[in-house]
Amino acid sequence: MYRVKQLSAFLENRKGSLAAVTQLLGANGLNLLALSIAETDNFGVCRFILSDYEAGMKQLRSAGYTVRTTDVLVTCVPDRPSGLGDILRLMEKEDISVEYLYSFVRNSGFNALIIFRVSDIDKAQRVFKENRIEMLTQAQVEAL
Amino acid sequence: MLRKVRLNMHKIWNPDIECIDREALKKLQSERLRKVVKLEYDNVPLYRERMDKKGIKPEDIRTIDDLKYLPFTDKTDLRDQFPFGLLAADKKDIVRIQGSSGTTGKPIVSGYTQNDIDVWTEMMSRTLTAAGADQNSVIQIAYGYGLFTGGLGAHQGASKIGAMTIPMSSGNTQRQIMMLTELGVTHICCTPSYALYLGETLNEMNIDPSRLSLKAGCFGAEPWTEEMRGQIEALLGIDAFDIYGLTEIAGPGVSFECLAKHGMHVNEDHVIPEIIDPATEMPLPYGEKGELVFTTISKTGMPMLRYRTHDICRLHDEKCECGRTLVRMERLMGRTDDMLVIRGVNVFPSQIEGVLVGVQGVAPHYMLIVDRVKSTDSLEVQVEVTDEMFNDSIGKLEKIKHEIIEKIKSVVGVKAAVTLVGPHTIPRSEGKAKRVIDKRKM
Repeated sequence: MYRVKQLSAFLENRKGSLAAVTQLLGANGLNLLALSIAETDNFGVCRFILSDYEAGMKQLRSAGYTVRTTDVLVTCVPDRPSGLGDILRLMEKEDISVEYLYSFVRNSGFNALIIFRVSDIDKAQRVFKENRIEMLTQAQVEAL
Repeated sequence: MLRKVRLNMHKIWNPDIECIDREALKKLQSERLRKVVKLEYDNVPLYRERMDKKGIKPEDIRTIDDLKYLPFTDKTDLRDQFPFGLLAADKKDIVRIQGSSGTTGKPIVSGYTQNDIDVWTEMMSRTLTAAGADQNSVIQIAYGYGLFTGGLGAHQGASKIGAMTIPMSSGNTQRQIMMLTELGVTHICCTPSYALYLGETLNEMNIDPSRLSLKAGCFGAEPWTEEMRGQIEALLGIDAFDIYGLTEIAGPGVSFECLAKHGMHVNEDHVIPEIIDPATEMPLPYGEKGELVFTTISKTGMPMLRYRTHDICRLHDEKCECGRTLVRMERLMGRTDDMLVIRGVNVFPSQIEGVLVGVQGVAPHYMLIVDRVKSTDSLEVQVEVTDEMFNDSIGKLEKIKHEIIEKIKSVVGVKAAVTLVGPHTIPRSEGKAKRVIDKRKM
């Protein structure tokens, strides 16, 4: 129930390609809640959480982008030293690997919002729940 | 030009043949043609079938003027008959296999009897002798050894003429230069672009080429220009000779340049060259531009009948100032198909396409960009990213990229750079797609 849809798009690594994609989303009233970019010499992958992922997907596809959705977990991590470290140590103990993580543009109260892309999302959900690590649902995320 | 070589030589390996009276040559060729056509008709089902279809019996072929009645062969025949369908000899008499790229993933192979190796060695002996080499020479062979005919072909000729032969194979430039400078190398055999690269590297290392014993080089396996000849000769202080060959016919040495540097003499006692109009398939007279076709007349392992090379050039039969009477072929002027030569390796876009469609999720929208950077050919393969192959993980995308690079390397034999590009960025064209941008100036 805590699966949140992340969109990712393929971008060529050249000037203006990120501007183009963000402008496209903005022009269609879609808000970027979180954003992360991974790049190589000649291409990059832009990952983001949108206020409306279905609309975003449609817009991007029709503009000719290669897009896919990935399920991620959005967690509230205590905004204090080792807040994230504790969670990562827990995941290591449970043998869940993190493929990547990034944080939201905004935070929620005293918590930082961290997006996790993990090897086993169901197990990660269970472990987070058992350890009382707060997670946000799709609806909660979109309402941010 | 002609500096170092002309001083010490004007040698011909086999003057009886290389300077033969053309009427006598025609007689010899006709005799050998009759023999080989019978051999092919009796032993190779494909030849028999094609000749029967044209209503020709071996007895109908009396002189080389009858060549035009015989059927053609093409690279696709070598693919379809892979590996041994075109053998005219018993398999036990085949002593060597050499190969090169086919138009698809499968290579083409050619089988040689000991006789064929001897014929090929003879051709290469003439080639090296024409470049001024003899038993006093030190010949460094920087063509690749292996299935590719360059290395072994040059090696056999160099050994036959009694030269000190250094089997370096390709690559490892630092060691090549070490040998070149320390062993008193007089002749080098490699691709012309590698010769340029060697010259530039010597320059960077501040080695004055006039300190070397190098006199000449035999350069082939890829098309080059007079301009490149000038650069190589200036950089290395040598005479640069063009040589030509192909696996299907023998290997390097099918034709070779002499001191006149005015076209490559075709070893006509072993192969008969023709120029045809590629569209009508009709033979054209000497001096006219068209597709080069070869018939081998002394090979016994896998003799080829009117093999279409798809190389475009001209033939000239005027006697050469060097004294040789053998017909000369001009520098290649292009191809009738889309074959590329990259670092001496024949590459067909269809091979790359075959690799791409075999990779999960890769669409057949691609572009090959060929360039020559610092005298070395480069191949970039641009591949459009599809929804199916796209992944939010960079690692997985990189993995696909490396899978493509590996497969191209193993199928085509060339290391390519793969660039993933956005969808619909490669121009679509109606009809035949443009797949290649060749930026090299040749």
